[in-house]
Amino acid sequence: MTRKQKRLSMILGGLAVIGLAAGLVLYALSGTITFFYTPSDITAKNVGPGQRLRLGGLVEEGSWKRGEGTLSQFTVTDTLKAIRVTYNGQLPDLFREGQGVVAEGVIDGGGTFVADTVLAKHDENYMPKELADSLKEKGVWNEGGKKP
Amino acid sequence: MIAEIGHFALILATGVALYQFLVPLYGAHRGDQALMRTAMPAAVLQLLLIALAFAALTHAYVVSDFSVENVFANSHSAKPLLYKISGVWGNHEGSMVLWVLILALYGAAVAIFGHNLPLELRARVLAIQGSVGLAFLLFIVLTSNPFLRLDPPPIEGNGLNPILQDPALAFHPPFLYAGYVGLSIAFAFAVAALIDGRVDAAWARWVRPWTLAAWMFLTIGIAMGSWWAYYELGWGGWWFWDPVENASFMPWLVATALLHSAIVVEKRNALKTWTVLLSILAFSLSLMGTFLVRSGVLTSVHAFAVDPERGLFILMILCVFIGGSLALFAWRAPLLKSGGVFTPISREGSLVLNNLLLCVACLAVFTGTLYPLALETVTGAKISVGPPYFNLTFGPIILPLLLLVPVGPLLAWKRGDVPGALRRLWVSLTVAVAVGLLVMVVNIRGPWLAPVGMALASWLVLGALTDLANRIALFKGPLANSWQRFTGLPRSAIGGMMAHGGLGIMIAGIIAISLWKIEVIVALKPGEQAAVGAYTVTFIGEAPSSGSNYTGRSGTFRVSEGGREVATLVSEKREFRPSGTPTTEVGLLQTLLGDVYVVMGDATNDGGRAVRMYFNPLVNFIWLGALIMFFGGMLSLTDRRYRVGAPSRKLAIEAVPAE
Repeated sequence: MTRKQKRLSMILGGLAVIGLAAGLVLYALSGTITFFYTPSDITAKNVGPGQRLRLGGLVEEGSWKRGEGTLSQFTVTDTLKAIRVTYNGQLPDLFREGQGVVAEGVIDGGGTFVADTVLAKHDENYMPKELADSLKEKGVWNEGGKKP
Repeated sequence: MIAEIGHFALILATGVALYQFLVPLYGAHRGDQALMRTAMPAAVLQLLLIALAFAALTHAYVVSDFSVENVFANSHSAKPLLYKISGVWGNHEGSMVLWVLILALYGAAVAIFGHNLPLELRARVLAIQGSVGLAFLLFIVLTSNPFLRLDPPPIEGNGLNPILQDPALAFHPPFLYAGYVGLSIAFAFAVAALIDGRVDAAWARWVRPWTLAAWMFLTIGIAMGSWWAYYELGWGGWWFWDPVENASFMPWLVATALLHSAIVVEKRNALKTWTVLLSILAFSLSLMGTFLVRSGVLTSVHAFAVDPERGLFILMILCVFIGGSLALFAWRAPLLKSGGVFTPISREGSLVLNNLLLCVACLAVFTGTLYPLALETVTGAKISVGPPYFNLTFGPIILPLLLLVPVGPLLAWKRGDVPGALRRLWVSLTVAVAVGLLVMVVNIRGPWLAPVGMALASWLVLGALTDLANRIALFKGPLANSWQRFTGLPRSAIGGMMAHGGLGIMIAGIIAISLWKIEVIVALKPGEQAAVGAYTVTFIGEAPSSGSNYTGRSGTFRVSEGGREVATLVSEKREFRPSGTPTTEVGLLQTLLGDVYVVMGDATNDGGRAVRMYFNPLVNFIWLGALIMFFGGMLSLTDRRYRVGAPSRKLAIEAVPAE
């Protein structure tokens, strides 16, 4: 092989690897991403059962019930619409009624959201950004929780 | 008063940085030695001033001076001393001061230890360092001043986020920053070389130790962060592909590539343009990491500052440095003539492949991290890209690289001999395949990744040992002879083997915990027990507990194995003053073969507790591997080549004076 051919073969090889990786990335992106919705979005966009999504909103006051063992039920609301959530597992330390929460899972046939992951805000000032944004949009954002 | 001195020192440091940026650069342009020489005292002065500011801020934290707003917002008088000190960088403003302090430390180190650098190069490198320092000092002084006063001073502070009050996390930011910022030296060298229009073996030899130091600190910094996430967050996981983790992982990937490509520049005088580009990219990713973490565009514990003005400022810094250096690269890179020729199958070829795969892997992580941000900006749709994406993309890209790691070092420069290398590796190959088969038999219904991953891990460790055995001609003569060869080996060679072997150990841990983790969630009343793996965990009971700044309830668990008691674990739910923030402390039994991990949850309706337990097999191999990699890097850094072998450019090719 001449010097030029060598270089060409290396460049082609490199491009092949990059092309394969790009294909892989596109494939993975189309299959693994999850959308973030509020309870109103779910009604508006007619999200069907079985589709994986992240649900964000406030835990409705007085809605949190503990079931047997580690099972719990609560309602997530964006003050316009609400959806019932069931979760089997340990809730985060900062899970509280009236505060922000993000749950990941699917809607079952009966319209209940079955969560497999529940995230709460990390401290008194922190709230998942996507949630803060959508609450601000709906005008139910409470600035009072912020530091002076 | 002391806070004002700190503030004043910061402003002075900004002025010195401006000087350090402009004057030596102009001096190098004019060939004026006297001006170039002023770069060194300027770098040292900058360090002293920033150190003074940092000391002033630390003092305010240690004495709990709540008249300083930053201290009030992030500290509390009842906090243990360690966390008062770590609180200095546990917030946005203080962490930026730490950032510039480390930057100035590196700059001063180049000024003090770089006496064998050509004056012109040293002046330019320090000038570029000065420009980075200037940008970030301006950022601090204009938007993130940590010395703002409150009047009247409050009696008590707000306290530090309790989950940050942890020894591993106290030291995680300094190490991580030492890594991020260390890459600025490689960046400065690259830009200086572009201005200079010349890259040679000596240049690579100067760049390598700095890149190595940065890489070591990044490695240990990321490992500490992951270790903290493992035992403090109480989710039993060690890596979440969280955007902030990715922000530190991307520079690591590119720094690893840079470390390898600089070898080719040093030894073979090839891949120069590419290495310069990598140096720029590595630091650009560091800057981007700082932007992502500090601008509040991401959702994370690290996002202290949700302040658009600050985000915009960092974005501007980002554009100036990345855009500027890439433009310079496009303009000047054609000047860099490459030397050595090599065939695709050679040591150089394997290092090119290493670089290609590492960079493509980094690109996959980059896409997954930034795609949600881009999509939200363009369409407004909110999505999250989680671990499944990264497993699907990063895994297949990195797998072939891991396969090739043991082969590369056994190939010769210029023209390599793969069958020859494999012949020397046959023992490793056989044992690795045997390990894979064994795992397959034991774990017959398990996923295919288990045997492949374990074979790969053994292949990496044994490959590193084979390399060593080959170099010291083990069993090919008297042992004394081998020992003599061993003591004669360059430390950097042993360091490299340690890094590759450490990687193998880490892979074993990652595969084991990903595939064989056991998770049990049960409700237990005092006296009840549950099995987790080979262990039985009995809930003894709970009691109130307290510390200097929290109260809580602690649950006691007895762990036994085969009827024999092995440990008593305590998991605690704490509520911190003054914020009322609850945290959970994990009860952890660590063994080399795996951890028993117990988290006490909420009280159940019938007077018990929800308890989550894990058995995490080989999980400590992950951090053990990272430690071995770190020490391998450290050993390389003490190589006599860097200490004594003062590389000097041949006087014959004296630089052409700049016009």
